[in-house]
Amino acid sequence: MDFEDSPHEAAYRATARDWLATNVAEHKAPSHADDMAAARSWQARKAAAGYAQITWPKEWGGGGGTPIEGVIFGQEEAKHPVQYGYFSIGLGMCVPTVMAFANDDTKQRFVGPALRGEEIWSQLFSEPAGGSDVAAIRTRAIRDGDDWVVNGQKVWTSGAHYSDFGIVLVRTNPDVPKHKGLTMFWLDLRSPGIEIRPIHQMSGGSNFNEVYFTDVRIPDSQRLGDVDSGWKVALVTLMNERLAIGGGGGAGPADILRAARELDGADGPLIKDSAFRQRLADWHVQTEGLRNTRMRTMTALSRGQTPGPESSIGKIIAANQLQDIGNAAVEAEDQYGIINDPALLPLKGLFQSAVMNAPGLRIAGGTDEILKNIIAERVLGLPGEIRVDKDDAFKDLPVGR
Amino acid sequence: MNFDYSDDQKMLKDEARKFLAARCDAKVVRSVLDDDAKHYDEALWKSVAEQGWLGAAIPEEYGGLGLGHIELCAIAEELGRACAPIPFASTVYFVAEALLLYGSPDQKSKWLPKIAAGEVIGAFATSEGKGPVTARTLKTTVVNNRITGAKIPVTDGNIGNLLIVLAKEGLYLVEGPVNSEVLTTLDPTRPAARVTFENIHAERLGDEDGLTAMQTVFDRAAVLLAFEQLGGADKCLEMAKEYALSRYAFGRQIAGYQAIKHKLADIYVKNEIARSNAYYGAWALNVGAAELPLAAATARVAASDAFWFASKENIQTHGGIGFTWEADPQLYYRRSRQLSLVAGAPATWRERLVSQLETRNAA
Ligand SMILES: Cc1cc2nc3c(=O)[nH]c(=O)nc-3n(C[C@H](O)[C@H](O)[C@H](O)COP(=O)(O)OP(=O)(O)OC[C@H]3O[C@@H](n4cnc5c(N)ncnc54)[C@H](O)[C@@H]3O)c2cc1C
Repeated sequence: MDFEDSPHEAAYRATARDWLATNVAEHKAPSHADDMAAARSWQARKAAAGYAQITWPKEWGGGGGTPIEGVIFGQEEAKHPVQYGYFSIGLGMCVPTVMAFANDDTKQRFVGPALRGEEIWSQLFSEPAGGSDVAAIRTRAIRDGDDWVVNGQKVWTSGAHYSDFGIVLVRTNPDVPKHKGLTMFWLDLRSPGIEIRPIHQMSGGSNFNEVYFTDVRIPDSQRLGDVDSGWKVALVTLMNERLAIGGGGGAGPADILRAARELDGADGPLIKDSAFRQRLADWHVQTEGLRNTRMRTMTALSRGQTPGPESSIGKIIAANQLQDIGNAAVEAEDQYGIINDPALLPLKGLFQSAVMNAPGLRIAGGTDEILKNIIAERVLGLPGEIRVDKDDAFKDLPVGR
Repeated sequence: MNFDYSDDQKMLKDEARKFLAARCDAKVVRSVLDDDAKHYDEALWKSVAEQGWLGAAIPEEYGGLGLGHIELCAIAEELGRACAPIPFASTVYFVAEALLLYGSPDQKSKWLPKIAAGEVIGAFATSEGKGPVTARTLKTTVVNNRITGAKIPVTDGNIGNLLIVLAKEGLYLVEGPVNSEVLTTLDPTRPAARVTFENIHAERLGDEDGLTAMQTVFDRAAVLLAFEQLGGADKCLEMAKEYALSRYAFGRQIAGYQAIKHKLADIYVKNEIARSNAYYGAWALNVGAAELPLAAATARVAASDAFWFASKENIQTHGGIGFTWEADPQLYYRRSRQLSLVAGAPATWRERLVSQLETRNAA
């Protein structure tokens, strides 16, 4: 066990730190019209220097680095206000799926632009009929010559309104059990027949969408994997999803500690309140535990092991803790905590924003319940859920809302 | 950066596990639990000494193996998994560590080889009553190298022949046997006693302020105890899983019911958080990092929480059989209470953790 950088890692960190110092300064100099423009230019800058996807091979524009180097760069980058979320679904989930299943021409065409932030990708899996039960989706694709004709509806599609491309899971055969009749495609989100309608979230923002398909034609050449083998492809995406997400972001123990010095408790500053201190300790324990758990995963990766379903614990802990910390701070503000105006609030409303965004985090990318099933079944080897729909043709399955 | 045991350390840990599986099954633990007159398993103690484990982190010049604290952590994890009924923690994590920290060259060469050889059983006597010991509650005093006071409870105080005692004036070494009275405790496999000192000879250990020195020893012990707790918690998860897979209700394995699956997943999550924090603590202890007090408190709180949760939900998973004397979950439930309290309760450690955070963030 060694929690310090090795000489090589220390050198890598120093180089990354210098690079960031220079480049963040230059990046901020031109005033970007909007957040997206700033994000794209920062991504391009990172890609040129091999910092966009550090663990990807150099031939694909990556950094050819180790998982630990990826972590080191991430730690250093987090010290600057240059983290943008626009590319994470594409680079973390969609493009790796394309890289695993598409032909060389397709890979050549898409990997570079995605890496440089020129093109953004979405993941079109969830539907009104299938979220946790992804394989229950109904969006239908029917073969017509060299094309497939797609009709149906996707939902909760993050970033679809600003995305260029997507990977979409559709049903190609309703006469077989649900997992056996799915096929995956990549598609241009500006294809005729696609309509993207932003959804208003409870948090007030609008990051996800409904996507409607009306006679959308997708060429068979855009298929990822074999016909009716889409489930296998989706599993690859979902596996990468668990590694890509899982913790970080939002209010943490350090923030609430800072706030607690200024907030008043019943008998003086909140930080003197013993009940509050006990909870603060537990949050620190969880945050540190998660951080070090991630590093254990990276250690395993750098020894050539594959990351297992263990990564699921990250999101369970982080999302719940975000909700708890946000709420604890809001309640500590007493009546004032009702306010949700960043201009009037401690740390610009960080805690109120935690309260309003945490519910989505506990659902997106696998709900708490589904993640616990995954741990129970795949890590601990407990029996799978009873599947009443495993052998019946999809078209015969009962439906609710 | 490397957040895992090395291959050599893994090998040591595997060997320890195999050794303990052969020498310390539940029968051995029960032999101590069921017999009021038996306070530890002497055969196990001897063979553990022969393995060199008592001196794993003691330098070779003092008769130890001179390995390091990460190796000792690996052994601790396996002792916890086996619920070993021996005074290992008292002797090694508290007394040997205190001697390594504060002992004069003479004190070290007199006692450490005996500890490594298993000839001495140690006990660390700090508590004097309900609640944490503080400057206000501490009454034991030393005048002209003679100590007077009463300590309750002292883990292994009835079997220890080398005590380190907290007095107002500092830490003191007292050679046994001492005047002790065995107490009825939650975990009789790790006995405790009331120990009284009436003007008996005591030798000064180091020249730190006593409470500060006690806390420094506690910080080191906390990391080692965290590994015992982690081993115990892992064993509970394993027992719960095996039982859930073998027990049928309503025509199915109970392991298939989501309430049980999620419970076991929750145990797993807590255990992994505890493991990651324990590893960090092991590193801080091994290299003597400045973060040790914070890392130790973090490891201790996580491990106490994980072991408590795993031990109580293991019983719940077993149903009625889990509440019987004959079933083994109780062994770990008892041990989880003993280990969570022996170096101060979780609430005290949470408080210490936050005060460390405050200092760090103020700097
Ligand atoms: C902010 C956000 C962003 C998202 N972005 C995307 C995206 O970009 N692309 C995309 O495809 N999807 C996206 N999603 C969708 C997300 O993956 C689904 O919402 C999620 O998988 C849950 O599905 P559902 O909403 O249909 O809920 P349901 O599956 O209907 O679940 C309802 C409740 O039932 C529980 N439940 C369901 N099955 C079980 C079971 N077997 N055992 C126990 N409990 C169960 C769930 O845990 C939940 O509590 C996003 C969602 C959110 C909130």
